[in-house]
Amino acid sequence: MPILQVENIRKSFGQTLVLDDISFSMEPGEALSIIGSSGSGKTTLLRCLNFLERPDEGIIRVRDEVLLDAGKANKSDKASNQEIRRKRLHFGLVFQSFNLFPQYTALQNVTLAEELLAKEAPDWKENKTEKLKRIREHGMELLSEMGLSNRMDNYPHQLSGGQCQRVAIARALALRPDILCFDEPTSALDPELTGEVLRVIRGLAERSTTMIIVTHEMGFARDVADQVIFMDEGCICEQGDPREVFAHPKQERTKQFLARYHEN
Amino acid sequence: MSFAQQFPIVFNALNVGFLQTLKLFFVTLLGALPLGLLLALGEMSRDKILRALIKVLVWIIRGSPLMIQLLIVYYGPGLLASRITAEAAANNAFLAFIRSCRWSGGESGRFAAASFAFIINYACYFCEIFRGGIQGIPVGQEEAGLVLGMTGRQIFFKVKLLQMVKAILPPISNEIITLVKDTSLARIIVLEEVIWAGQAFLKGSHGISGAIWPLFFTAVYYLVANGLLTVGLAKLEKKLSYFR
Ligand SMILES: Nc1ncnc2c1ncn2[C@@H]1O[C@H](COP(=O)(O)OP(=O)(O)OP(=O)(O)O)[C@@H](O)[C@H]1O
Ligand SMILES: [Mg+2]
Repeated sequence: MPILQVENIRKSFGQTLVLDDISFSMEPGEALSIIGSSGSGKTTLLRCLNFLERPDEGIIRVRDEVLLDAGKANKSDKASNQEIRRKRLHFGLVFQSFNLFPQYTALQNVTLAEELLAKEAPDWKENKTEKLKRIREHGMELLSEMGLSNRMDNYPHQLSGGQCQRVAIARALALRPDILCFDEPTSALDPELTGEVLRVIRGLAERSTTMIIVTHEMGFARDVADQVIFMDEGCICEQGDPREVFAHPKQERTKQFLARYHEN
Repeated sequence: MSFAQQFPIVFNALNVGFLQTLKLFFVTLLGALPLGLLLALGEMSRDKILRALIKVLVWIIRGSPLMIQLLIVYYGPGLLASRITAEAAANNAFLAFIRSCRWSGGESGRFAAASFAFIINYACYFCEIFRGGIQGIPVGQEEAGLVLGMTGRQIFFKVKLLQMVKAILPPISNEIITLVKDTSLARIIVLEEVIWAGQAFLKGSHGISGAIWPLFFTAVYYLVANGLLTVGLAKLEKKLSYFR
């Protein structure tokens, strides 16, 4: 059974149609990479999945649950706010620009959301110390996995871009999302720092983390993914096995796009 | 009278004046900081009319001298009221209300008027600083909080607030230091603050007359107050320098 089904997503900003009838699905443990030229709607698609934008049309389904049916009317604001919060947690998002919280250490960045969530549980008061300890250990574990065990108490401004992005990945993993989304995770990094971040994501893929990766690193998109989508002007232009799509693109636009990358 | 004889007399009188200066200073801060925040929130609200009203208010207040504002606030209501005859007020509740809007006599009335003018004036400056501080936080901070399932409240208090405080502390400190000195403007409506107290020894007071040094000496009070404030505010800034 697919873990994620996206059906006929459509999204406009004013007059511009940014996403035009996007449909795809993912199996659990699968890595999907999305490529495409600037302005083709990749970021907007991830933002729709994370409820930062609301699609005009379409359905988003995680396992059996319909998270969003844009055709259906909104519920009252308050109820839907709570619901959107809950639904969001199916997804994690790693931003191009990290967006770490500057006033918290690496470890605090990772544990903050989990702590806030735990505080809402009815048994928080009785088991406070126990719970905090477990959350802290979980955060430390995640940061170690990212190769940052000696950086936990550093503030973001004391870390390199690559280290910041790895903290951001740990932070996104902390709430155990079903699907982790990356929006050009290495685009803001110096070239010599991209390797360490790509390695970490590759490690996640090997452990069968369900991921959607928007990237301009073509080699990485090909090697790490089980499925690739090429987007062009808001549409899915071509989709399939990455080795197939990269070696023998069927669509003229895909060929042109990939050719431009081979030139560089 | 020798200087040594004059000094304790002058010192006592200036202390009394400076107490009034400090009172005006703290009352202004206490009123203008929250009012400034409210104005800032209003300026960012979706209500177009509210936004326009606040913009006009901020323009008028920041665009004209505080001294004129003090004069208008203190003398304006009385002048207006004196134009309304008792008969006119008897027939019209609104006119009656305007007629009743006067500052009470004496020092307490002058203090109330000065506080009113200072609070409005400083609130407008604080408003712009607060707005800059709130809008200056990158949207990425809010979005990062949202995708981690935080509520709007949690994002404001746990993520944005401290960054905002850090960003606005230097400009707010500047305004606070300026406020200490600006309180002397209340002299124009004869509030008995420290400059007034110093000046009194020129004309004659407590048996001393023609002495100008007490007026000069008032500067020491401002210097000491601002010195302490500068040190305190710098400490606070340093406390927040652990992150960027
Ligand atoms: N908030 C917005 N308001 C109006 N237009 C927007 C908004 N966000 C994105 N767009 C437009 O939508 C289109 C798709 O943008 P999007 O950021 O999704 O592209 P992208 O594929 O991520 O590009 P890039 O590779 O440069 O990141 C662009 O034309 C962009 O100008
Ligand atoms: Mg993008």
